[in-house]
Amino acid sequence: MSTSWPLWEVFVRGKRGLNHVHVGSLHAPDAEMAVRNARDVYTRRNEGVSIWVVPAEAITASSPDEKDPFFEPSGDKVYRHPTFYAIPEDVPHL
Amino acid sequence: MSFDNAYEALIDQEDAHWAFGTGFSAPLEGVDREVPTSVDAKDLVAYCLMLGDDSLILSQRLAAWCSRAPELEEDIALANIALDLLGQARLLLTRAGEVEGEGRDEDALAYLRDEREFRNVHLAEIDCGPGPGGDFATTIVRLLVFSSWKVAQFSRLRGSADPVLAAVAAKGLKELAYHRDHAAQWAVRLGDGTEESHRRMVAAVDRVWPFVDELFHANAVESRLAGVAVDPSELRSEVDGVLDAVFEAAGLTRPGPIPTAFVAGQAGRDGVHTEAMGFLVAEMQHLHRSLPGAVW
Repeated sequence: MSTSWPLWEVFVRGKRGLNHVHVGSLHAPDAEMAVRNARDVYTRRNEGVSIWVVPAEAITASSPDEKDPFFEPSGDKVYRHPTFYAIPEDVPHL
Repeated sequence: MSFDNAYEALIDQEDAHWAFGTGFSAPLEGVDREVPTSVDAKDLVAYCLMLGDDSLILSQRLAAWCSRAPELEEDIALANIALDLLGQARLLLTRAGEVEGEGRDEDALAYLRDEREFRNVHLAEIDCGPGPGGDFATTIVRLLVFSSWKVAQFSRLRGSADPVLAAVAAKGLKELAYHRDHAAQWAVRLGDGTEESHRRMVAAVDRVWPFVDELFHANAVESRLAGVAVDPSELRSEVDGVLDAVFEAAGLTRPGPIPTAFVAGQAGRDGVHTEAMGFLVAEMQHLHRSLPGAVW
């Protein structure tokens, strides 16, 4: 039975969160049950105010084989960080 | 708390930075615990035990599914529901002990009463599985009927003259609405699922139905506590309406009423229970009676 239920990826937005964050995955027979299962599995400790579920098969991921050509070229481009600005003192959390 | 823009959310320092799981609140904080002068204390104690025992005993039954459910996700769902019910039972038994005034707390009432002193309806105590007593379908049908009935009861109980009962009902109603939804979702999927799941749902309805009529039978205590207690005979049409909608979507037929098997006019509310109850109570109380006062 377990193998016949599709996998869903779960995203939860916390009370103080501005965006939904990936928290894990679960099995469910359909989307409605996936939202309910996510409620039970991932928000039982008062973690969230909103849930998204996405069929895991609908996610297109970058491949580990492509890791170097994908990500290494940005490793030496420190000038892309906004570190060359003077930061005004009255802007917190920057 | 709401924020007009993202920046406000960033600078708010009340909680740890975006921490999940903050903002817990204590149940029934600030509720007046004085017993209204118009209320008979002895009847109020008895009524709190009835409601508390309904929740406690079904919680015990559902907890038996822990690690035995068909899927890990359902395991957690049933355990969550059991814990919601246990939370309701704690508040209600605490209220019973406090109004009684003989020094019995929630644990004394849960673990040190004998079978005949429990006041829950039979529907809560019957064995619906896991194991030979039933299966997942039976558990779902029982939960659907129980939570539909409790939603109707608690929504009226919010207007109780006892402020604690009213507060317990307001809190519990949201929990029960979820339990009902969970059971209804499964009832539709199993009833309208495969040949095997449909067959099991039909058998489950047959198994549970002899215990439904008792839910709408007013006990003498409930009749005397007008304004405090909910008259169960008023709940039937609302519950039937909910069940009809679910049963129709599930391709199931709701049986007509089956008269309760009263023993000399008595049933669960009078402490007269089914054969399964003694075993349930023995298992539930065993640890506390062996190791009095044991805590985690």
